[in-house]
Amino acid sequence: MSTLANQARGTGNPRNGPGPTADVRPPRRRPQDDRRKRRRHSFSRFDTKASPYLYVAPFFLLFGLVGLFPLVYTFIVSLNDWDLLSGAGQWVGLENYRVELADPYFWNSLFNTFSIFLLSAIPQLVVATFIAAMLDRNIRAKTFWRMGILLPYVVTPVAVTLIFSSAFDEKYGMINNLIGMLDIDPVSWKSEVFPSHLAIATMVNWRWTGYNALILLAAMQAVPREIHESAAIDGAGALRRFFSITLPSIRPTMIFVIITATIGGLQIFTEPKLFNPSSSALGGPNREYQTTVLYLWDLAFNRGDFGKASAVAWMLFLIIIAIGLLNFLLSTTIASAETRRRGAPRFGRRRRNPRGIPIDTIAAVQFPAAEPADRQEPKP
Amino acid sequence: MSAPTLATRTPRTKTPRRGKSFGIDARPGFLTYGILLAFFLGGAFPLWYSMVIGSSTGSVFASTWPPLLPGGQFWTNVAEVFATVDFWGALFNSIIVSGVITFSVVSFSTLAGYAFAKLRFRGKSGLLVFVIATLAVPTQLGIIPLFMMMKEFGWTGSLGAIIVPTLVTAFGVFFMRQYLVDVIPDELIEAARIDGASMIGTFWHVAVPAARPAMAILALFTFMTAWTDYLWPLLIAPQNPTLQVALSQLQSAKYVDYTIVMSGAVLATIPLLLLFIVAGRQLVSGIMAGAVKG
Repeated sequence: MSTLANQARGTGNPRNGPGPTADVRPPRRRPQDDRRKRRRHSFSRFDTKASPYLYVAPFFLLFGLVGLFPLVYTFIVSLNDWDLLSGAGQWVGLENYRVELADPYFWNSLFNTFSIFLLSAIPQLVVATFIAAMLDRNIRAKTFWRMGILLPYVVTPVAVTLIFSSAFDEKYGMINNLIGMLDIDPVSWKSEVFPSHLAIATMVNWRWTGYNALILLAAMQAVPREIHESAAIDGAGALRRFFSITLPSIRPTMIFVIITATIGGLQIFTEPKLFNPSSSALGGPNREYQTTVLYLWDLAFNRGDFGKASAVAWMLFLIIIAIGLLNFLLSTTIASAETRRRGAPRFGRRRRNPRGIPIDTIAAVQFPAAEPADRQEPKP
Repeated sequence: MSAPTLATRTPRTKTPRRGKSFGIDARPGFLTYGILLAFFLGGAFPLWYSMVIGSSTGSVFASTWPPLLPGGQFWTNVAEVFATVDFWGALFNSIIVSGVITFSVVSFSTLAGYAFAKLRFRGKSGLLVFVIATLAVPTQLGIIPLFMMMKEFGWTGSLGAIIVPTLVTAFGVFFMRQYLVDVIPDELIEAARIDGASMIGTFWHVAVPAARPAMAILALFTFMTAWTDYLWPLLIAPQNPTLQVALSQLQSAKYVDYTIVMSGAVLATIPLLLLFIVAGRQLVSGIMAGAVKG
């Protein structure tokens, strides 16, 4: 980072001279031109006081207008009988929530959302960790491999869905053709619950696994090599070091990945929307993979029921916030429990640890802060 | 690790590592490369497959043994894509939308991030906590009032309506703040102020040059997020489609011709693929520096 500072120095005010030193003193006051100086001084004071607010104002104004206000207003809409065309109707209180909570289609959409989310998040996390561990080894052509696993990320979700939608085509798709050669009956990827969830989860996994592997890789690289070395001296094999050093060290990053995956995954829309365009209902002939956002979309913009759709939006909002908070509390509880033990993380039960990594080794494990990783430039 | 443990070689990496390597820095065997290669091919295959199908005829697509080599139909299919949707118009729309959003997010994030990182003002910590708390807020769920707003203003169908909801992001502000807080020494700002530079002059001459690397990364990710967005452009301006909306319109017909859809997907992937080739390295380092999903 010192080069950056130098760069900044170089382009600074030319009167700056050789950059900042510890004892920068204000220039000595001269008795001339007092009035102008006072005016300049008061402007400078105003500048100092007001500028910070001016700098943060655009963000807060715009974010309030297009980010927070709509969310709050969604709640107001949800308390009314509100129609797309005729606008605001009667105040109905929590009636919309009551109706939706009794609607089996709402519960169906929640089930689908969670099913697809779990089918994508869990395998993705496992595979991403594994790939990150492979990349963390001292391989040749690091940058090539890192870029290589990121390739699917540049394909947009719409294109991903179109590509996989053709591969999962029930009659002529590549996947049914391939399993047909193994004498397996064709699978109804687009009209059965579990196969469709699997297909949609595959799309999500395909696009995001490499991305998450890179985040986890950054966390793994933040673990000091010395710890691996001393563990190796004490006879811990690669597998053992992975489970006892690497995994506990990257846990904060994992929680970060899980939280972002939850926020994104529970709002999944593009993939189920475009998976089967010839389906009569949104999200499968019998709503087999109609996720909650898709259900919301259907309610609001096909059936025009803004009131109920807003109630659905708010309930989904609360679910996402609740899961995010839960994850966060869980991670801080774990973290504070560890700090109380003076940074000695528990690597499983001690008695399951008979060969034992010495305690100083364990205590030396540095936990990256809440942020996913240090701001380190990957060495090409 | 199966490599001989006590083979003390000088590590070939640039960072010198002290002490004996005990095998942990040894070059891994073929298995590691094999796994990585398999994963890489798995990632690349669907792209290749879309190219194969996009350049074939319908009968090839339906053949039992999946085709593995591109056919000669690509340009025929592309012509069909151009006849079905206004590809160039959609490409233009996407460039405008993503460009404006990127410019706005990067500018406002740098300004606010600088204020949060380096300036003193009343209420700063409270406002910063607010920014961090909104990181996890799924603003996409506010589409119903946003839709009503756009209709009220009569913006429906315009590029402005697509752009406005994403002019700023909490993530951008937080990202720039985290970067600038370490990068600019406080003394540098003080020195510039003492030399008579105004606040905005200090921002422009001290903060912006220092922030440039982070601005580039933020720009890259903001651009990609805006480019891949589908829900909002589909809702607010389907008659004035971005590239993603136009692409999805290729398959909305009753009968789906996958060869044409696939050639469209290939065409639509080219811009980001080019970006990946040019800036893939920055993408990798950006993700590793803690970027967030869009």
